[in-house]
Amino acid sequence: MANVASTTASAGSELTARALREAVFAGLITLGLFVLFVGLKTDQNIRNELILTQRWGLLATFIIVAMVGRFLMVAYAQPWLAQRKATKAAAAEVVKEEGFFSRNFSKIAIAALVLYPPVIVALFGVQGSLKWVDNFGIQILIYVMLAWGLNIVVGLAGLLDLGYVAFYAVGAYSYALLSSYFGLSFWVLLPVAGLLAACWGVILGFPVLRLRGDYLAIVTLAFGEIIRLVLINWTEVTKGTFGVSGIAKATLFGIKFDASKDGFAALMGLPISSAYYKIFLFYLALALCMITAFVTIRLRRMPIGRAWEALREDEIACRSLGINTVTTKLTAFATGAMFGGFAGSFFAVRQGFVSPESFVFLESAVILAIVVLGGMGSLTGIAIAAIVMIGGTEILRELTFLKMIFGPNFTPELYRMLIFGLAMVIVMVWKPRGFVGSREPTAFLHKRKAVSGSFTKEGHG
Amino acid sequence: MTFETSTMTKDPILKVEHLSMRFGGLMAINDFSFEAARGDITALIGPNGAGKTTVFNCITGFYKPTMGMITLRQRSGKEYLLERLPDFEITKQAKVARTFQNIRMFSGLTVLENLLVAQHNKLMQASGYTLLGLFGFPAYRQASKESIELARHWLEKASLIDRADDPAGDLPYGAQRRLEIARAMCTGPELLCLDEPAAGLNPRESLALNQLLQEIRRDTGTSILLIEHDMSVVMEISDHVVVLEYGQKISDGNPDFVKHDPKVIAAYLGVEDEEVEEVIEEIEEIESEQGGINP
Repeated sequence: MANVASTTASAGSELTARALREAVFAGLITLGLFVLFVGLKTDQNIRNELILTQRWGLLATFIIVAMVGRFLMVAYAQPWLAQRKATKAAAAEVVKEEGFFSRNFSKIAIAALVLYPPVIVALFGVQGSLKWVDNFGIQILIYVMLAWGLNIVVGLAGLLDLGYVAFYAVGAYSYALLSSYFGLSFWVLLPVAGLLAACWGVILGFPVLRLRGDYLAIVTLAFGEIIRLVLINWTEVTKGTFGVSGIAKATLFGIKFDASKDGFAALMGLPISSAYYKIFLFYLALALCMITAFVTIRLRRMPIGRAWEALREDEIACRSLGINTVTTKLTAFATGAMFGGFAGSFFAVRQGFVSPESFVFLESAVILAIVVLGGMGSLTGIAIAAIVMIGGTEILRELTFLKMIFGPNFTPELYRMLIFGLAMVIVMVWKPRGFVGSREPTAFLHKRKAVSGSFTKEGHG
Repeated sequence: MTFETSTMTKDPILKVEHLSMRFGGLMAINDFSFEAARGDITALIGPNGAGKTTVFNCITGFYKPTMGMITLRQRSGKEYLLERLPDFEITKQAKVARTFQNIRMFSGLTVLENLLVAQHNKLMQASGYTLLGLFGFPAYRQASKESIELARHWLEKASLIDRADDPAGDLPYGAQRRLEIARAMCTGPELLCLDEPAAGLNPRESLALNQLLQEIRRDTGTSILLIEHDMSVVMEISDHVVVLEYGQKISDGNPDFVKHDPKVIAAYLGVEDEEVEEVIEEIEEIESEQGGINP
C-alpha cells in the first residue's frame, strides 16, 4: 500500500515539476513576445516629443497570467481531460438505451407548442403574452417553415440555393398585391401564393439545371437579387421601397379579429385585445409548419424523395437508373419554393406590411445557416437550430442588463450576427454535420439504423 | 473480315453498326460494328485506352456518337435506336442497365434504399406521380411492398441480405460491386452492361461474380455485355468476345477463337506494328506444326 502511495506521490511531484518547468518557459516566451509591445510604449509628451514610457508592472502581470495559466493547464486541466477521455472510452462499450424523451421527442415537442400560448397567457396575462407569442413563437415558426422548405432543396436534393428568400418574397407579394387589388381572402390566396412561388421555382430551376456547386450558388444568389430589384423598381405595381401596407388580416371562418361588433373578441365576450389575433396566427403558423413537416416526411418515403436524395449522392448513377434528373431537380425546386411561398404569404398577413427590405440576401443566409446548423435533411435538427438562432437573437433584445455593463449606448441586437457566427463556428467544430448529423433511412428490412453523417454527401450543386 | 459471317446471329438484342466517336481530333472509336445475341454473355475486351468504356457510354447514352447506329431489339420485338434516346430513357424504355468502372453507389443511402431508387419509374407510376401516394392511396402501399420484395430477392442473390440496412458506403469493395449489379437488375433490364465488374476483386469474389452473372442469365434471360480485363472471367463465362484496339475491332468470335487470334495476341503483348506480320507468321507456323487445328 505504502509503495503505491509513494509512486502516486512521486508521479504527482514529477507532474508539478514539469508544470513548473513549462510555466517558466511560458513566462520566458511571454516576456520575449511582449517586452517591446507592452513593456515599452512610445508616447508623445506635451512638447510633441516622442518619449518611451516604461510599463514593467503591466508586463509582469502578463507574464504572471501566462505562467499561472500554463501551470494550471499542465498540472490540472490536461490530466483531468486525459482521465475523462479514458473513462469515456471505457464506457463507450455500453449500448445506450433510447430514453422515453428521445423516443417521443416529436410528440412532446408538438404538445409543448400547442400548449405554448395558453401557458404564456396564464403566466404573463393577455397583453403581456403579445411579445412572447409574436416575437418568439410566430417569428421562430416562420423560420422553421422556411428552413424546412429550403431543406428540401439543399438538404435532400443537394442543390445549394442562396436565393431562397426570392420565393419568400414572391409569396408575400402575391398575397399583398392580390388581396389589395382584388380583395381576395387569405385562405384563397395562401395556395395561390404557394403555386406562384412554385412556378418561380421552376423558372429558376430551368436555367440552372446544368450548373453545379459554386456556379449554381452564384446564379441562385443573383436570382434572389433580381426578384428584390424588380420589387423595388416596378413602382406602379409594388409601390417600390414604400412597400404595400394595409394588407387585409386573416379571418377564422369569416370571423374578423377586430374591434367591430361581430369581431372575435365581441363574439367570444372577451376584452378587446390584439393578442387573440396573434394567438390565432401562432396556431396558423403551427398548422402550416405541421403541413410542411408532414409533406416532407411523406415525400421522403416516396420515389420522388428517394430520387432527390439519390441525386444528392450521385447524379450520374441516377441517370443510369432511368431517373429523369431534369424533372427531379425541378420538382425539388418547385416543392421547396412552394413552402417558401406559404411562409411568405403568412409573413404578409402577420405584418400587414411588406417591403423589399424584408427580403435581402441576409435572410437567405440566415435560413441557409439554420439548415446547415440543424443538420441537412433532419427536420428535428433544423427546428432546434431555428429556435436557437432566431430565439437567441430575440433574447439578445431582452438582455437590458448588458447596458449596465457596456454603457447606455450598447444595443445588443446589433451583435446578433456576431452570435450567429460564433454559434456556427462552435457547432461546426463540435458537430460538423449539424445538430442532427445522421440520416433516418426511409425503408428497412430488419432494423431501422440511422445512417452516420460520414457516409452521406452534401451534394455537388 | 472473314470472321464477321461466323458471328452473325439470328436474334441479336443489340446491333452496333459503324459506330464512330470523335473527341476533337481524337478518334476514340472508328467504324466499329458488332452484334450481341439475346441471352448471351458478350465480352468486350481490349488493352487500356482501346475505347471500350466509350463504346459503353455510347450504348447507354452518356455520349452521343459522332456516327453510327445502335439498335436494341426487345423480346417483344420493339426496336429502339439508342443513339437517339436521352440517357435516362435508355434505361427506362429500352431497358438497358449499366454499372460503372469506378463504383457509383448512393453511399449515404442504405443498401435497401439503393435498390428502391432503382425501381423509381415503376414506383412513380404506382404513386400516381407522387400525388396519390401523398394522400396515402393503397395502390402505392402495395407497389412499395412489392418493390421491397424484389429488392429482397436481389439482395439474396447478391448475398447482401444481412447488410440490407447498412449504408452502402460502409460495404467492402467486393460487396459494393455486387450491390451495383443488384441495383442494375432492379430496373428490370433486358440488356445488362457491366463495366469491369471483376476489377479489384480477389479470386474468390471473382468466382462468386461468375456464378452471379450466370445465375442472372439463367433465371431472367437477361443478356449481358461486359468489359473485362480479368481473362479468367471473360474466358469462363462469355459466349462471344469482341476485341477492340485503338477504337477498331480487331477480332470477334467465341472465346477460343479470340484466344488464338494472332492479332489479339499481338495487341496484348504489345508488338510493334511492323512486327505484327512476323508474329502472325510465327503463330501460323506453330499451328501448322501442331496439325492444323485451325478451321
